[in-house]
Amino acid sequence: MTSKASATSPAKQLVLRVNGLTKAYRRRRLGWRSHEVIVAARNVVFEIGAGETLALVGRSGSGKSTVARCVAGLEKPDAGQISVSGAMIGELGGCDLRALRANFQMIFQDPGTSMNPRFTAAEVVAEPLVIQRIGDRSTRRARSLELMQEVGLAPSFADRKAAEFSGGQQQRLAIARALALKPKLLVLDEALSGLDLSTEAQIVNLLLDLQAAHSFAYLFISHDLALVARLADRIAFMAHGEIVEEGSIPSILEQPEHPEVRVLLASARTAQSTLAALGFAP
Amino acid sequence: MKRAAHRALRVVLLLFGVSILCFLFTEMAPGSFFDEMRLNPQISPETVSALRARYGLDQPLVVRYGRWLTSVARGDLGFSVAYNVPVAPLLWTRALNTLLLTTTVMVLTWLLGVSLGVWSAAYRGHWFDRIVATASSLLISIPEIVIALGLLAIAIRWRAIPIGGMMSLDHDELSAWAKVTDVARHLLLPTAILVFAGVAIVIRHVRASVVEVLDAPHVRASRSLGIGRVRLLFRHVLPVAANPAISLFGFSIASLLSGSLLVEVATGWPGLGPLLLEATLSRDLYLVIGGIIFSALFLVAGNLAADLLLIAFDPRVRKGTLHAD
Repeated sequence: MTSKASATSPAKQLVLRVNGLTKAYRRRRLGWRSHEVIVAARNVVFEIGAGETLALVGRSGSGKSTVARCVAGLEKPDAGQISVSGAMIGELGGCDLRALRANFQMIFQDPGTSMNPRFTAAEVVAEPLVIQRIGDRSTRRARSLELMQEVGLAPSFADRKAAEFSGGQQQRLAIARALALKPKLLVLDEALSGLDLSTEAQIVNLLLDLQAAHSFAYLFISHDLALVARLADRIAFMAHGEIVEEGSIPSILEQPEHPEVRVLLASARTAQSTLAALGFAP
Repeated sequence: MKRAAHRALRVVLLLFGVSILCFLFTEMAPGSFFDEMRLNPQISPETVSALRARYGLDQPLVVRYGRWLTSVARGDLGFSVAYNVPVAPLLWTRALNTLLLTTTVMVLTWLLGVSLGVWSAAYRGHWFDRIVATASSLLISIPEIVIALGLLAIAIRWRAIPIGGMMSLDHDELSAWAKVTDVARHLLLPTAILVFAGVAIVIRHVRASVVEVLDAPHVRASRSLGIGRVRLLFRHVLPVAANPAISLFGFSIASLLSGSLLVEVATGWPGLGPLLLEATLSRDLYLVIGGIIFSALFLVAGNLAADLLLIAFDPRVRKGTLHAD
């Protein structure tokens, strides 16, 4: 079975470095040229090493997904640097950026809508290879089947449309797609939120197995502290766009300092004790 | 095969329904072709009655409808009292002119509309998008007849293009190529009016559906994979965004005959428009009914074309699973 280290080894190769990331959105208000500026992420700093999992935790609207989107290259930060395997994302463009993107992949919250409804499972998994112009049609298909098998999907499902899979199978398919380019970093943006408990446990095990086999680094965005405790090595709490507390799981869970972190932990414990009172929690 | 037979049966029933309604409404409408003759003191009431009897207009509605159905079976679509010829050949000659105009208009409108719609969606918020949005809002808010009168006024002032008719007086003496350019020059004005009047709707539709798909999670996921703009647009966005545009395209085919009637009258294009206007004013009922049946046929053909295109473009429609989504 899978096991997790509890602390980061300083000797590990750095995969992701985020330094001073700031991102603000302008929201239109009533009135001529009237805008409201919302700072979603402010001076965010963190690092992730190879084979390590950092959980970015916070309430809704705390800025976690903005950071994830910036790291995945879906949003351009207003300030700060993001470097993946030593290469600055903001300084690259065109083919260089496309080549660098092979190193980091994102898995979204709703796997069903994150796939083209017209594509078959094999096409979904092969799409990153097509985009990076890797292999011909037959080698790409062979690689797709191999990846589907690796994430626990029968290759006989290859010609089914993505919409015909269950939620858990779709998430496996999304993981297979993310693995196609052998990335060093996977950004999981609430990737387990929509799943039932048994499917969630299966996907967590799959992610841990894949990490053990390939030394992937995970940036795991979630507000589920039980899940974070199971999957992550380190935890960073976000509130109002800033990282307010960061450290190893035991140190943060035992001695939270920031009021926001204490509130989040208290609400998680209340939910846990309610479940225990009802006889559902271990 | 069974579905095709069902569809054909529905078409036949629809055409029957349209023809019955046409007969009922024309029966209810006041006046007839011979009313003006009655006002002429040189024509006796007996002559008018004899003429009515000759064309069968003195018969009850059911009998007239039965006779009309017989003539439809012969391919005549009734008899024009004003032109004294069967309706179908009369309509067909004019319909070809209308089809030449509307097909040209449709090709240009869709080429322009899809290109501008996709382009402005891809560059959302850019100055180009704003110019297209302002221009299309302006065009949508101006009635077709105002555009027609405006362009007519410009054409008359500049004298750069011929106005009225489909060909010049010396058309028969021209070489084959010169004949083509002559018709093309006469086509310019009505085409420009109809393209200006219709392109804004296509731009708006295409832009809205492309923008919606550009915001879809699967497109965001493709972007995170580093996909290029061209592949994103042609492989991921346009096939998904095509459905509403295809439905509109089918509607455009459906209105091929009826969409240009007003402009044909305004610019003197010898299509169905002027013919049907004259027929309506003179109460040449079978000609009016024939024109409506022609339009209904095009409506059915347009819907069929849209359905076939949807089946070709959307696998969910092909499998009949769209309703389950």
